[in-house]
Amino acid sequence: MKKIIVLVKQVPDSTEIRVDKQTGTLIRAGVPAIINPDDLAAVEAALQLKEKYGATVHVVTMGPPQATGMQRELYARGVDSCTLITDRKFAGADTVATSNTLAAALEKMEFDLIIGGRQAIDGDTAQVGPQTAERLNIPQVTYVNEIMELGNDTVTVKKSLEETEEIIEAKLPCLLTTLSGMNQPRYMNCNNIIDSFEKEIQIIPFQELGIDETKVGLKGSPTKVYKTYAKEVSGETEVFNLSAQETADMIAKTLKVKQLITK
Amino acid sequence: MDFTFTEQQKMMKKLFSEFAQKEVKPLAAEIDEQERFPKETVNKMAKCGMLGIPYSREYGGAGADYLCYIMAVEELSKKCGTTGVILSAHTSLGTWPIAQYGTPEQKERYLPDLCSGKKLAAFGLTEPNAGTDAAGQQTTAVKDGDDYILNGTKVFITNAGEADIYVVFAMTDKSQKNRGISAFIVEKGMPGFTVGLHEKKLGIRGSATSELIFNNVRLTKDQLLGAEGKGYSIALSTLDGGRIGIAAQALGIAQGAIDETVPYVKSRKQFGRSLSAFQNTQFQLADMQTKVDAARWLVYDAAVKKQAGVSYSVEAAKAKLFAAEVAMEVTTKAIQLLGGYGYTRDYPLERMFRDAKITEIYEGTSEVQRMVISRDMLK
Repeated sequence: MKKIIVLVKQVPDSTEIRVDKQTGTLIRAGVPAIINPDDLAAVEAALQLKEKYGATVHVVTMGPPQATGMQRELYARGVDSCTLITDRKFAGADTVATSNTLAAALEKMEFDLIIGGRQAIDGDTAQVGPQTAERLNIPQVTYVNEIMELGNDTVTVKKSLEETEEIIEAKLPCLLTTLSGMNQPRYMNCNNIIDSFEKEIQIIPFQELGIDETKVGLKGSPTKVYKTYAKEVSGETEVFNLSAQETADMIAKTLKVKQLITK
Repeated sequence: MDFTFTEQQKMMKKLFSEFAQKEVKPLAAEIDEQERFPKETVNKMAKCGMLGIPYSREYGGAGADYLCYIMAVEELSKKCGTTGVILSAHTSLGTWPIAQYGTPEQKERYLPDLCSGKKLAAFGLTEPNAGTDAAGQQTTAVKDGDDYILNGTKVFITNAGEADIYVVFAMTDKSQKNRGISAFIVEKGMPGFTVGLHEKKLGIRGSATSELIFNNVRLTKDQLLGAEGKGYSIALSTLDGGRIGIAAQALGIAQGAIDETVPYVKSRKQFGRSLSAFQNTQFQLADMQTKVDAARWLVYDAAVKKQAGVSYSVEAAKAKLFAAEVAMEVTTKAIQLLGGYGYTRDYPLERMFRDAKITEIYEGTSEVQRMVISRDMLK
């Protein structure tokens, strides 16, 4: 039976985040934590493979201890196991330190396929998946919007580019990153919710990874955030009181003048 | 009393709320307009395990507490009163008496399909001449060897036609009056059992409400639920629980109306100010939310008492009486705050107002609830 690992991150709900205009920092208080949408698509894709091919689905998360709440919700959607890589030493990790940490943990696990979301809505880098595949020295396909077939030694997927699609066959084990539009993630199930509190969440702390301290967390992160600030909205505003027809004509004319449209 | 939710209850509420937002809300106006039973939603609820929430694992239920089930009805009803009552009638009225009074064989035969949602349940007590006076049953079940022959008509039955399993009440011994009523489990498709025309209603228009017509329906003794003559007490105890479900429906409708009103009054401007800047709006909203929260307290109290196995009949009556009247008041005020827009079908408030009214009527009118409450005070 195939073993699928899904990389899942808990993120702040970016639709609820506001920026403090005085300090330029994010106001995180009261912002709910959610499952990263691209990762949820990865979980759903894995669960569909489980139903179709009889695989097992294992979630791996790096994050603070409260991410276990999110993992219980994944149990409630039907995954088979959850592992949380958590330690104060991992705090402040950029994508390099995160992929170092994930790869160190994944090297100790058995798997046929790893699926992760394309990118997290808080960082928006889309780097962690590809970096992790490189560190594990396995093939990777990014921007997957359909997993067409899971064979004995290969997986066939559809990769979505801006104007074209590619059908790619990759050798197992490999890593895929998925797009949130590729499926409709299932809801939790009441019976699974009750069961999820009986399930174990395996915790992996720093010392179990066998990795150098300088490779993880803030110390292992070459990226330094210099400043976070809210964008100033500039530009002058004009108010027109026109009929719908006149407004449409005026907008079309203005866009043409600014060469934003050509016809 | 402490209604601090457990982690399980929080996760359940999250599921119900997300489901209501994504699956129930988009269909609410259409099923009302078309008077269409939302079969596809019921199937999706089944997939989420929502049709057997408080029933034991042994029979395929979730094994969750009664408050979780009540929160499901509340969350669905925030978006659509029809969907709320489908769940309530199935869980409280149709399934509960089988879980409570069924023999091990009856539970084994019916509960797994009812909990998984493969089958839907309904409850047939009301008759043309036996509404609030439920003891005046004219449907009869006459013994014929080991079998019973069922004849009569039930009216205003929720989930009629859509349900597969019906708990039906009939006189087995007229001379015994109340004590001559017995309960039976009747299956859809049995010879002689037909469903009448769809009732055209003021509200909950997507809910299937029809007559059940029994014409010489032959029932085996295995279909007798509880002992012969116990039907009336089975009906009353079932309605005690059902009332908490309807109270939760009323509570959901009322909260749903507030949830629609708040964004409107913040964005709508008159006299150069948003409506929310007027003290009248602020005071109306404060009164509405205070009453809804008080109703929630009564509803959850009744649910927790039922779960704890202590007497809850009076608490259920208070919860339903108060929540139903709050739902009428709050939806009326919400329409007033939206003015002309609230009266149109462009906004959901007129539907919520129409849906609210039935909660003062079915599963015991507000007058019956007052009788139950005062009888307890004056005994």
